[in-house]
Amino acid sequence: MKAVEVKHVYFKYENEWVLEDVNFSLEDKEFMAIIGPNGGGKTTLLKILLGFLKPTIGKVKIYGKPPEKNRLLIGYVPQHTNFALDLPITVFDIVLQGRLKKGKFFYNKEDKEKAKEVLKTLDIYNLKDKKIKNLSGGQRQKVLIARALVSEPKLLIMDEPTSAIDPKGQKEILDLIESFNITRIVVSHDIKILLRKVDKIAYIHKKAIIHEGPKLKIPIDKHFCEIELINFLKDEECLI
Amino acid sequence: MFDLISNSIYASILLSIAIAIIGSLIVINKTTAITGSIAHGSFGGIGIALYLGANVLLTTSIFAVFLAIILAFITLKFSHRQDSLIGVIWAIGMSIGIIFLNLAPGYQADALSYLFGNILLVEDKDLLFMGIIDLIILISIIFLYHRFLAMSYDREFLTLRGINANLLYTYFLILTSLTIVMSVRAIGIILILALFTIPSLIAERFTKRFFTMMILSGILGLVFMVGGIIISFYYNISPTPTIVIIASIALFLSLFKRS
Repeated sequence: MKAVEVKHVYFKYENEWVLEDVNFSLEDKEFMAIIGPNGGGKTTLLKILLGFLKPTIGKVKIYGKPPEKNRLLIGYVPQHTNFALDLPITVFDIVLQGRLKKGKFFYNKEDKEKAKEVLKTLDIYNLKDKKIKNLSGGQRQKVLIARALVSEPKLLIMDEPTSAIDPKGQKEILDLIESFNITRIVVSHDIKILLRKVDKIAYIHKKAIIHEGPKLKIPIDKHFCEIELINFLKDEECLI
Repeated sequence: MFDLISNSIYASILLSIAIAIIGSLIVINKTTAITGSIAHGSFGGIGIALYLGANVLLTTSIFAVFLAIILAFITLKFSHRQDSLIGVIWAIGMSIGIIFLNLAPGYQADALSYLFGNILLVEDKDLLFMGIIDLIILISIIFLYHRFLAMSYDREFLTLRGINANLLYTYFLILTSLTIVMSVRAIGIILILALFTIPSLIAERFTKRFFTMMILSGILGLVFMVGGIIISFYYNISPTPTIVIIASIALFLSLFKRS
């Protein structure tokens, strides 16, 4: 069974096609980066993968079932980390939310142990009693990653995990994502992610161009900045 | 003296429990405008009850719950125009109330008392109603504490955990509407907002956990109400505005605390 299967997905918003014939699949534990211009449909695709939007045409399966039926297998890290900052809530309480599910009203010992373990893995255990307001951008991002990981997901979906973080923090977050041994889909503006051990790269601009990561031939010896890389990935011929 | 104000003290205790929980949720969910809309709109229920000669608390409860459901629908489906629509519901409810009062036979002096309330005139049956609503709210918060907190933080994530966040939000607005109805006799619909939000606004500045915010806002609410009752009793002035002014002074002072 594939971890993620996207087959002939089209999405129409009002009268405009936002996505056209998107196809890709991921095996268990594969790591995919999604890049592309703003307004190119990255966020729409992400919402379809999470089951918040239904494709106008086509099928999406997450571990064999439609996303909305298999949501508990998905860990999600949203793009914006600077929301509800005034809320009187500690880091630990936020992370525990990843253990909520239908029919469960109270956290048990196992939930708390798991939350502590994840906080330690991400090296933010010392922040557990802090209010979210008093954290840096990178720390907030880690808290949301912890909330996603604590539910023990098989698929981790992250939207721009390195935006609004300083370069040192970005490296740390990317190192972490690379180290997770689960299926990962990361939407990113930050093309440094492409220099990581990604298995697949999807360039989304209405249509999706899929590149198999390890086979990607990036001419690093030549002058090569973000624009060239984006242009390079637009071109299907870099696939071999 | 205590005999004369005993019911109002009991009412303060019962009200402070509901206000602690629902008021704190109103503040962290930013639903103050919606609460104002339900509160004022529920005047429609009061008008209908007085016109029909029906039980005011029961009729207003049904009307207020109905408004809560409409407002939940509006804020979830038409979020881009919610502030205007919240104002519209506010006005429709009040208009219905006034029209039914016009149609009601005789002079309805009672109607005004619902606008500003009088905690000194609370009767035993009002206390019973308050007790029942408190019980519903307490049971709800025990079971739904973590869900409400998660809803306040990130509704999308809650949905992802397989929990119906929209239904939970609607239930929260229904609890809000019941808290409004239980406060109508004592506080009145016009000034309810101040009493619902001020204790929680102060409490939020001094706590880092939602649980302690609720406890502290309950204590503050009780202090403001009892203080207001005693002052209004001695100086023979209306209790609700007195309570609101005491609470407002406390809010003003709390702003000096560095965050």
